[in-house]
Amino acid sequence: MSSETLLSVQGLTKQFQTRSGTVKAVDGVSFDVKRGTIVGLVGESGSGKTTAGRCTLRLVEPNDGKIVFDGVDLRMLSEREMRTYRSRLQIIFQDPYSSLNPRLRIDQIIGEAIDIHRPVRGSARQDRIAELLQRVGLSPDAARRYPHEFSGGQRQRIGIARALAVEPDFIVADEPVSALDVSVQAQVLNLIQDLQQDFGLTMLFIAHDLSVVEYICDEVVVMYLGRVMERGPSREIYAMPRHPYTQALLSAAPLPDPKASRQRIVLKGDIPSPLNPPSGCVFRTRCRFAVGACTEIVPPLKDVGKNHSVACIRHGDSEVISQGLTL
Amino acid sequence: MTELPDHIVLKVSDLRTHFELGSRVAKSVDGVSFDVRRGETVAVVGESGSGKSVASLSIMRLLSSPGRIVGGSILYRTSQGQVIDIATLPERKMRAIRGREIAMIFQEPMTSLNPLYTVGDQIVEMIRLHEPLSMAEARQRAMKMLELVEIPAADRRLDEYPHQMSGGMRQRVMIALALSCNPNLLIADEPTTALDVTIQAQILDLLRRLQREIGMSILFITHNLGVVAEIAHDVVVMYTGRVVEKSPVASLFEHQKHPYTRGLLACIPNALRDRDETGGRLRLNPIPGNVPPVTALPPGCSFAPRCSYRIPLCDEAPPLMTAGPSHLSRCWRHEAL
Repeated sequence: MSSETLLSVQGLTKQFQTRSGTVKAVDGVSFDVKRGTIVGLVGESGSGKTTAGRCTLRLVEPNDGKIVFDGVDLRMLSEREMRTYRSRLQIIFQDPYSSLNPRLRIDQIIGEAIDIHRPVRGSARQDRIAELLQRVGLSPDAARRYPHEFSGGQRQRIGIARALAVEPDFIVADEPVSALDVSVQAQVLNLIQDLQQDFGLTMLFIAHDLSVVEYICDEVVVMYLGRVMERGPSREIYAMPRHPYTQALLSAAPLPDPKASRQRIVLKGDIPSPLNPPSGCVFRTRCRFAVGACTEIVPPLKDVGKNHSVACIRHGDSEVISQGLTL
Repeated sequence: MTELPDHIVLKVSDLRTHFELGSRVAKSVDGVSFDVRRGETVAVVGESGSGKSVASLSIMRLLSSPGRIVGGSILYRTSQGQVIDIATLPERKMRAIRGREIAMIFQEPMTSLNPLYTVGDQIVEMIRLHEPLSMAEARQRAMKMLELVEIPAADRRLDEYPHQMSGGMRQRVMIALALSCNPNLLIADEPTTALDVTIQAQILDLLRRLQREIGMSILFITHNLGVVAEIAHDVVVMYTGRVVEKSPVASLFEHQKHPYTRGLLACIPNALRDRDETGGRLRLNPIPGNVPPVTALPPGCSFAPRCSYRIPLCDEAPPLMTAGPSHLSRCWRHEAL
């Protein structure tokens, strides 16, 4: 692990036991997050992106794999040891309505985080709360109010202020702007960007909106049915998606331009049940390039240069490559 | 009888839908007008609080108390060619319109499907409510409908319950249910918002295909301008209960004549525009502030407090003005844009 890597996830696996069998929600996921960068975890419902994000913070205990944070494998830590790491790792949730306790004032919500991390008393505590509110673009009087008095965008700012209160090194942002109106979404994206620059924050940004991810993330990890399909720098992946799933995903996102002449790849059918995933490549049942071997071989992530990896046995095939070029 | 040009299926004129809460009145829809032409799609775009959903519920007369249509007309041409005003139609007659003439699909199919009945039972009930068919004939038709919306193994799927299906599959069932009586007009309120992009692409393709084949008109309510660009012929942009801009789709995306529409498009991250040559991120240009609640609108132009084009004249409420061919804008400064 190079010194600039803050977080390295290796072979992360999480299975859930259900009445109808075992679901492999996350199946051998690996990626690195460099210090001061934002990595996007992209996929559709059922891809395992949220579970992977929570496993990274051990909010959900993974069954297998390594989560090396700043040189320490978090999975090797006891609950007590883990607690000292908690304040360095924070999460921002999607739904700004259910992630704030409606019975607590904003100063209590943020103050609680301060008390746990580095308690200060009296006016110093009030100052710290006011400073955090100001940092996320809210007025200091917000401190005396309750969550219901704020709009969705303002609540998301409060959630961000709470996460920042413990001065974390690493934040998992789970669909932080998905529930917001577009005009407010842009305000929060600007805020996230400012915070990243000012505090050198490192972030795992979980999202399904591809234009948001392209804009805000330095690197992207594309997941499907619990596995990583493709991984690499945003610019590389968006300019030249190599995996047939990434190609379909990018082509499906509607562009706000009626003259856009992009070829649309419409995938047939739905994502298969995670209870009974396809053998070999999990994407093969919906893949236009699937061949016989795809039923047998679980494609490993192969490096195709420029820090870009693809899990497809046909990744070098000119047919697959030219599809990526038409987008 | 009221007049309506032949190619117009729905003509909403100066529609006003208010919610009276004690002494406060929320003018959720405040003088909205637009036409839907035969076989075309009109998209109504807006953020939360714009009144777009209330407008669509008004057309279906599905408002819940204390919401009520207090003014304007909703002229609709039935499949028999008769023109009626939905705004004043007695509820008894409205029942013959709903489902049969105008059908509606919603964002969350699970809330509109009954979890206790199989999807087949629900489609059969809908068909038999409006048409004198036997059980066997209705089931046959229901199966055809599921095939029409590209549900594989339709025969087996008829006997499944909504919870046994995925979100995309349920939205198809909703569309099948809505189309089972060959409606003239389909109102789709954010039908793809809860779906993944690849499934959204499937549903948009399906709606376009069905429109081509059956010639139905669609009123499409959405907040997503990408979806608008894909599906609409005409676009109506709403803000705080009013239409702020109205135009054919190409003209709207080419040249926005209202600062709000322009602002909405500028908010959507676009890597080509929002990154510099070295790939560094440029700041997005959000619209400052929030959408004001309709119970506390500023005087004059309701967008003015958030608007960078504001001038003193904006203290006066602007009317919808002609800003180009078939292009209307509710902005005093539309020429400067």
